[in-house]
Amino acid sequence: MSALILIELNGSEVSANSRAAITAASQLSDSIDALVLTSDASNSSSVAALAGVNTVKMIVDDSLENANVEVASKLIADVMSDYSYLISGSSTFSKNILPRVGALLDVQPISDVCEIKSNNTFVRPLYAGNVMATVETSDETIVMTVRATAFEHSGDGGSASVETLSVTMPSSNSEFISLQESESERPELTTADRIVSGGRGLGSKENFALIEQLADKLDAAIGASRAAVDAGFISNDYQVGQTGKVVAPKLYLAVGISGAIQHLAGMKDSQVIVVINNDPDAPMSRMADLVWQVDLFDALNELNAYQV
Amino acid sequence: MKIIIPVKRVLDPYTQARVNKQTQQVDLTNAKMAMNPFCEIAVEEALTLKESGSASETIAVSIGTDKTVDTLRTALAMGVDRAIFIKTDSELDLQPLHVAKILANIIKREEAELVIMGKQAVDNDNNQTGQMLSGLIDYSLGTFISKFDLSSDASSVEVCREIDSGIETRKLNLPAIVTVDLRLNEPRYASLPNIMKARSKPMETLELSSLGIDTAPRIKVVSVEESGTKDRASKQISSAEELFTELNQMGVL
Repeated sequence: MSALILIELNGSEVSANSRAAITAASQLSDSIDALVLTSDASNSSSVAALAGVNTVKMIVDDSLENANVEVASKLIADVMSDYSYLISGSSTFSKNILPRVGALLDVQPISDVCEIKSNNTFVRPLYAGNVMATVETSDETIVMTVRATAFEHSGDGGSASVETLSVTMPSSNSEFISLQESESERPELTTADRIVSGGRGLGSKENFALIEQLADKLDAAIGASRAAVDAGFISNDYQVGQTGKVVAPKLYLAVGISGAIQHLAGMKDSQVIVVINNDPDAPMSRMADLVWQVDLFDALNELNAYQV
Repeated sequence: MKIIIPVKRVLDPYTQARVNKQTQQVDLTNAKMAMNPFCEIAVEEALTLKESGSASETIAVSIGTDKTVDTLRTALAMGVDRAIFIKTDSELDLQPLHVAKILANIIKREEAELVIMGKQAVDNDNNQTGQMLSGLIDYSLGTFISKFDLSSDASSVEVCREIDSGIETRKLNLPAIVTVDLRLNEPRYASLPNIMKARSKPMETLELSSLGIDTAPRIKVVSVEESGTKDRASKQISSAEELFTELNQMGVL
């Protein structure tokens, strides 16, 4: 019952998602290998250092720098004959590729696993996390993504062997053109200890700068509700919720967010939730540890001026 | 160029899902149902292509019991040319692999070159069907798209994908499948005259059983529970100083 982790790299570093996937795999199998699709063979070193990984399987090709999903899914499906599990952390990277691998293997993948009950039984969210389902699969090969907020992030300390696979690169009918990366000096949203999140209540893109100022003061990442994103205050990769990112920081400070169920689904597991809002009846307030019922601009100005 | 738009009937997204403890299922009896919001965006994009003269025909497809006809009528009222209804006798627990196989069958039959569909349905939140369909019929795939530009000779499409690290631009040669994200467009409402007109648009009904597709569940739902959001203490504070003091005591700064 060996497991293969599809590794997601951020530059040359192993993502937090992949580290969560290793923890999940360790609950299912004693034999864990990692698969890396990359254009740079030297990326094996950060993966080989992961605790709990036996062998790093490398597929190296220039075209894999921004791999086409058609190519990646074929390459992965071809190595799965040796494994019972294919696991990756939930992200747009894995959600793009793994279902296509599932189709090639005639397997029904399982998305966003939050808990492992047994070797074929898992808990996953439905309806934006308002319902948790325990599901049992009858597939012989199990393909799944796991929530990075639900499993510890496995650390380093391993010394896995590295094996470079020789493969024939499949043909592809699509091509990469460009990537416009969101640049930020701030902590990454899904792994940050603190998040300051703004909603429609901010009123404008200019006012959203007050959120950024507070985030910098607290060394926090920035988040946003879908309403704030739709209103154009900030780009979509900051969205927290059902169709955005799922977060569980130590501190989630929500400013001017009323709390649609789709947003709550993305942050309800935060350790401490603070709500700043002038509407006492907003659903957000009920799930807060601390509530400051106030005009949000007064609060932001006072917080930004406060000498810690 | 024919465009297929698969659409799904789901619990209205502004309605709270309730679990029936006896059946261990989400209770949809008498619940308000609607077209999955991502499917509405897919329909809108297909209609825009048809109106610009890039598409010859737009075809909505849905699978389910007789009630599913409502969702297809909505698509027709928005402006889709015709509908294909895959009829099931009872509420089957169809999973993305099954749906992808059914859609693959219809796409081959229609020889459609482009499939536009939602990135996920807001009931089961799988985010799988488009990807799986592309694997089954080996179409090129663009997921989570927020921009769609068809080339002038209609042989390829340039898409912007909303991914965790930013926005990725890719060129997909047709035939292709794209799954749409929220910011692609603003779906139109069906006007009253168009709702009336939709009643006379063609809708073909196919029995699922006639397609010869194995729909045995791969995944069994053992149990479900409402997780909802637990109310917390909601202690009132009234100044920045008080907030920082509390947060320091909680050890989260």
